[in-house]
Amino acid sequence: MVINPDNHGLRLFVRYLVLCLIALIFILPLVFMITSSFKPDSQLLADTASLRAFLPVGDISLDNYFAAFRRAPVGLFVFNSVLVTGVTVFLSLLICSLAGFSFVFLRWRGRDMVLSIVIATFIIPFETIAIPLLLLVSKLPWIGIDGLEWGWLNTYRVQIIPWIADGLTIFLFVQYFKGLPGELIEASRVEGASWWQVYYRVVMPLSGPVVATAAILKFLVMYNQQYLWPLIVVQQENYRPVMVGLGYFFQLNVAWGEVMAYLTLITVPVLIFYLFLQRAFIASIASTGVKG
Amino acid sequence: MKLTRLLAGAMLASSCLCVPALAQTELTMWYHGAGNEVESKILKQIISDFNASQSDWTVAMESFPQASYNDSIAAAALAGKLPDILDVDGPNMPNWAWAGYLQPLPIDESEFADFLPGTKGMWDGKLYSIGLWDAAVALFARQSTLDGLGLRTPTLDKPWSRDEFMAALDAAKASGKYEYALDLGMNDQTEWYPYAFSPFLQSFGGDIVDRSTYQTAEGALNGEAAQAFGKWWQSLFTEGYAPGTSEDAADQQTGFIDGKFAFQWNGNWRAVATMAAVDDVVFLPAPDFGAGNKIGAGSWQFGVSAKSTHPDGAAEFIKFATQDRYLAAFSDGIGLIPSTPSAAQMTKNYKAGGPLAVFFDLSKAQALVRPVTPGYVVQSKVFTKTLADIANGADVADTLDAAVDEIDADITNNGGYGHR
Amino acid sequence: MASKLTLSNRTGWTFALPGFALIVAFIILPFFFAIGLSLTNQRLISPNPTRFVGLENYRQLLGLGVVTLEPERNDAGEVVRDGAGEIQYPRLREITRSDAYPQYRGMREWFRWQSGGNAMVVIASDVVFMKALVNTFLFALVVAPVQGGLALVLALLINRKVRGMNLFRTIYFMPVVVSIVVVALLWRFIYAGQSGLLNTLLHGLTFGLFQPVDWLGNPSTALPAIMAMSIWQAVGFHMVIWLAGLQTISPTLYEAAAIEGASKWQTFRYVTWPGLRNTAVLVVVVITMQSFAVFAQIDVMTKGGPRDSTQTLVFQMVERGYGKQDISGGSTISVILFAIVLTISLVQRWLTRER
Repeated sequence: MVINPDNHGLRLFVRYLVLCLIALIFILPLVFMITSSFKPDSQLLADTASLRAFLPVGDISLDNYFAAFRRAPVGLFVFNSVLVTGVTVFLSLLICSLAGFSFVFLRWRGRDMVLSIVIATFIIPFETIAIPLLLLVSKLPWIGIDGLEWGWLNTYRVQIIPWIADGLTIFLFVQYFKGLPGELIEASRVEGASWWQVYYRVVMPLSGPVVATAAILKFLVMYNQQYLWPLIVVQQENYRPVMVGLGYFFQLNVAWGEVMAYLTLITVPVLIFYLFLQRAFIASIASTGVKG
Repeated sequence: MKLTRLLAGAMLASSCLCVPALAQTELTMWYHGAGNEVESKILKQIISDFNASQSDWTVAMESFPQASYNDSIAAAALAGKLPDILDVDGPNMPNWAWAGYLQPLPIDESEFADFLPGTKGMWDGKLYSIGLWDAAVALFARQSTLDGLGLRTPTLDKPWSRDEFMAALDAAKASGKYEYALDLGMNDQTEWYPYAFSPFLQSFGGDIVDRSTYQTAEGALNGEAAQAFGKWWQSLFTEGYAPGTSEDAADQQTGFIDGKFAFQWNGNWRAVATMAAVDDVVFLPAPDFGAGNKIGAGSWQFGVSAKSTHPDGAAEFIKFATQDRYLAAFSDGIGLIPSTPSAAQMTKNYKAGGPLAVFFDLSKAQALVRPVTPGYVVQSKVFTKTLADIANGADVADTLDAAVDEIDADITNNGGYGHR
Repeated sequence: MASKLTLSNRTGWTFALPGFALIVAFIILPFFFAIGLSLTNQRLISPNPTRFVGLENYRQLLGLGVVTLEPERNDAGEVVRDGAGEIQYPRLREITRSDAYPQYRGMREWFRWQSGGNAMVVIASDVVFMKALVNTFLFALVVAPVQGGLALVLALLINRKVRGMNLFRTIYFMPVVVSIVVVALLWRFIYAGQSGLLNTLLHGLTFGLFQPVDWLGNPSTALPAIMAMSIWQAVGFHMVIWLAGLQTISPTLYEAAAIEGASKWQTFRYVTWPGLRNTAVLVVVVITMQSFAVFAQIDVMTKGGPRDSTQTLVFQMVERGYGKQDISGGSTISVILFAIVLTISLVQRWLTRER
């Protein structure tokens, strides 16, 4: 196929065609998930042998959704996950960006060693430390409304606090802050701003992209991948997150339609979060004019 | 800040899970059936009946998803947070008893005299757990298939021999009417493997571990009988009798009903659904490969945790729950075998002449529990991987040897698992 | 830049302390505990007392040996060959299970090659671990460059001020927001051997020429299939990181390049790529780390099979530590994994150091 490079219209068409084909690859499995959630099991399984798998055809209904809500407290699980994830992401962004700021813009004794240690920690797989951590949190004190109590099991905090700080998020901030113009910070300091003011008046307003990236990554880890941990520290249904709830749908006879409905339901909050972030941060970075 | 307020609210909520002041003492109970509506409903009924029946105790249940139940229990045991009553999959019980999660049932064994042997969890000479039901496995077939292929219907007294069984598979294969002659449910690489397939090995004369001492698998799992079993097992897949480990999950659920398979080795928990869809389904006993025909036994059972401060209350609840009417209710609800003959008579499927009564007889006649040892938890995993590997073409002798080495090393590392 | 900054010990520590303290408490302390466990015979839960066993767990995992097998000879002293003319060797089990060679007890064949008439057999005390090790490296070696490269291509494709790019970016990103567990469940339907979606699609596209492949059931396709799925799932995330990096490159640099008459490739080579240095480090490091931690896909799709072709280190760690209650063995694998990844990241840092 020969494309005349001068033919702007044709080039645009080919570009869009390529983009659309790639989009199909990314979206088809998810389309399969969503369309399947409307189908009865027998049809869902039979349809996988043809392109009907991607089409909302045949015996379409919301039955799987009703059944999913009957089987498990879906709303509660989503609420728990969103709460735990939201609080963790917020605290994580605050604490990790402060640490990143300190590592890049401040000079203090032990800085390089502490940074190396912090960065080294993000290659520790969580599964490694799960058991020691379980023993630790089951004995930690907490001061609540009723005064001092021992043990963090069966709470929201046990799902939040250990996850706030992590090497990867700090590393993200460090890498980004390194690219910010140092003169800007020095200028503010010369004008008499405190370090705290430099942090939230100068540096953070320039950090939309890294905040968005770190928030998305943290959100995904917390919402989607946190499975082993709640499984071992939460014994009460009241505090269970969505990924543990997935287990409710795997009985001896797996009702795949219900599984698809549940998967669709728990994916929606993440999509909303992403679209929200995209508007708030990513779309706006072009205008911030950060220079490399 | 809205988020901080939410957090404060959450922490408030978590720190004041106050127990209302009741005259009754609360017993906590954990159960593996989260998401299983039928089981939950029956169990909740039993609990509310129990709570209303006396004034000393109230039982509060927490359900867990089955796939991760054992991990939840292990974690809670580590953290010292086990409930009073918990349920345990039969073959895991010795491990939990040995590890100190469970205490012997404070109930006299004679209370359960007429219970099926597979429902009683015995370890170290003591009763630790009791089941409300047992499960059984049978060879599902259609009467029309047997007639069409000209096969003798096997019975408990005269089961198929190995030759007859292979001839049946050959006939089904030759007929060209089926995708596969036999479905074994190979995609389900969980406890299904040792539960469903170790009886084949035993029928060949081998075993997962030497049950006379429980100190080694040498000879049992790699001796002549086991080698013969392994070669036969591999041939099922290399010669195309049965689909392998990558079988579509859906096929195990619907493949037999859809007529893709002539025979299916399946559990009685799928019998009800199959009967509804296949008019002339018959449930055949396991073939005899030389050392008798065997099927697995032992399902979920109730026990009392070692740390429970109210074993008397827990015992009272377990006695209450093991009444015939509840055994019958569970059986009617989920299709499993009720633990006692008297309860069986109260069910629609297992009463004399009932459509599944054959399973009750199968369970009584053929049932062999999986190795009763704390090491079973590891042996089960090793056995599962071994059978999957052999099915996928691994060298039989080497793979069995490797399994023996791993099992023996594990037994040594655990100081013999307390067998005397 | 640092030299121009004033020394500010107190502020520096104050800003870094909350994060560092949390990391020490919830990651570093437990990890030291795990290292301690790897030197004992601790089980997940057991009535037996815990003993210090030194490096025994490491020896168990890493033990290797080489055995030379001489061909079998018949009574006349001739080398025995099978029907296909292959030289017949005695079975390895006659050595590993013989009391004459206690040092090889419990070891298994990992791989072998022929040297002269003899077979050289590498035996390992833990073949499954060795396969997991190789697979994990393979996974990282394939996924890191392919995923990072594809993500950059996608980012360049949609980094234009043209209509609809927001939509494409959102679509490409969508798999990322879906949990890997969910993705793995969905892809089981796609990879299914008989009537899976992929086989159906390929069959249709080639007008029936394509023969169905049992993607996850075949030892030679299972790992590549899981790699492809993993790339599909996460490539959108790295695309967004590249995009963020692309947007930090000043437009004036591109204008200058256009004025100089630079070709597209030259613009990329001399303007875009240098501007993406920090981003590239980030992307490569993150993908490498994620590749070494691969677990959920394996757990949902293959459980390490068929025949260990998809075993990975973290899967083995979980399988042993939790499934087989061998918490010291699991901890040992994770310490080894940590050592490997630490080495790699030090090498990466050295390679990408600021010169």
